[in-house]
Amino acid sequence: MPIRLPTASLRSAGHAARGAMGTRPASAVGGITFARGKATLPDLAYDYGALEPHISGKIMELHHKNHHQTYVNGLNSALETIEEAKAKGNDAAAASVAPLLNFHGGGHINHTLFWENLAPANKDGGGEPEGALKKSIDEDFGSFQTLQKQMNTALAGIQGSGWAWLVKDKSAGTLQVVTRPNQDPVTGNYVPLLGIDAWEHAYYLQYQNRKAEYFSAIWNVINWKTVAGRLEKA
Amino acid sequence: MAGPTYKLPKLPYAYDALEPSISKQIMELHHSKHHQTYITNLNKALETSATALSQGKLQDSAAQLSAIRFNGGGHINHSLFWENLAPSSSPDAKSDAAPKLLAAITSTWGSLDKFKEVFAAALLGIQGSGWGWLVKEAVTGQLRIVTLANQEAVVVGDTPIFGVDMWEHAYYLQYLNGKAAYVENIWKVINWKTAEARYTGAREDAFKVLKANM
Repeated sequence: MPIRLPTASLRSAGHAARGAMGTRPASAVGGITFARGKATLPDLAYDYGALEPHISGKIMELHHKNHHQTYVNGLNSALETIEEAKAKGNDAAAASVAPLLNFHGGGHINHTLFWENLAPANKDGGGEPEGALKKSIDEDFGSFQTLQKQMNTALAGIQGSGWAWLVKDKSAGTLQVVTRPNQDPVTGNYVPLLGIDAWEHAYYLQYQNRKAEYFSAIWNVINWKTVAGRLEKA
Repeated sequence: MAGPTYKLPKLPYAYDALEPSISKQIMELHHSKHHQTYITNLNKALETSATALSQGKLQDSAAQLSAIRFNGGGHINHSLFWENLAPSSSPDAKSDAAPKLLAAITSTWGSLDKFKEVFAAALLGIQGSGWGWLVKEAVTGQLRIVTLANQEAVVVGDTPIFGVDMWEHAYYLQYLNGKAAYVENIWKVINWKTAEARYTGAREDAFKVLKANM
């Protein structure tokens, strides 16, 4: 069964499939994995506790195993409804799940990109961007510190649940910071390079209402290799 | 001329009074931190907006509208929320405390249980942060269930009867990703006496807590 993701920009994510495999081989679109035509929860490339003390093991475990899994399930169920509606020629039934497809599909895409653009601080996480990525950041933001500031301001300004992204604007060729509400994925003219989850479930158990502390700590576990790789393919 | 500033209303019960439905830690953070932050940011935005307006800078005043709407909504929603909750041991937490409202709920949804089921489904269907409300419609006087994103508030026409906060900060420390259990347990601490008063009283009165805390 062919599966189309609601965004083409995932092609740029460019990471090997690590998802749970069925007996038939899984196909991969960026880090997004499917087995037997179904979206599956990708494995993390590090242990749940590996991002401590910046993100606690308990948060990572719940976030990956429960929250992300719920988006995977919701996406599969929306796709199933669409398949059934298609088979019956019922356009109205297919259209009715559009909000669920966007929400759960976006949730699956966003989290998959997020796990990959994080890494333990003692491995690939933290530090500063290098090479072509650094050059682009310096050109478009003035400095890495300015980008950080802009990203943190964007994160703090989100009203409700959502994400902030460093993206490449395809038509302008420049880097930008954008925010998306809830689980809206980054699509269209933008290629997602680096995402930071500003939903309360991403930090609340550890930081409670002090979300600025989470936004400042997360820079210690950003995987700049992944971000640079996405820019290369963008 | 400085406009009015808003203050955090006192809770009508202790932080631990809603246990085990809502933990003390949640209530304390929710009231003393989250609600306070909405008020602080609301007052700041109102002042910036008023100052800009007094200097003839409409553009700078208009730039504050989003913050006023969000933080003002946060203040309104939480103020109404605290009052429409009560310790489960209180007689106010029994639906008998709302005879007229109960009759209207039964005539609208068939039964209280059916209403609860529909309301819970609406709460669990919220994508992202938001609130669910039982409201009395302005023109028809009919009861309706509405969900609102983020801190949008019931401020135009309808009368809010009671609301349930579905932001993750309202339940996460206790229920984690199990929000269905939070929704199930919130019924034990709904203040039906407040709900009845809002249903039968003047719309203005539902918001009187705001005026009392300026």
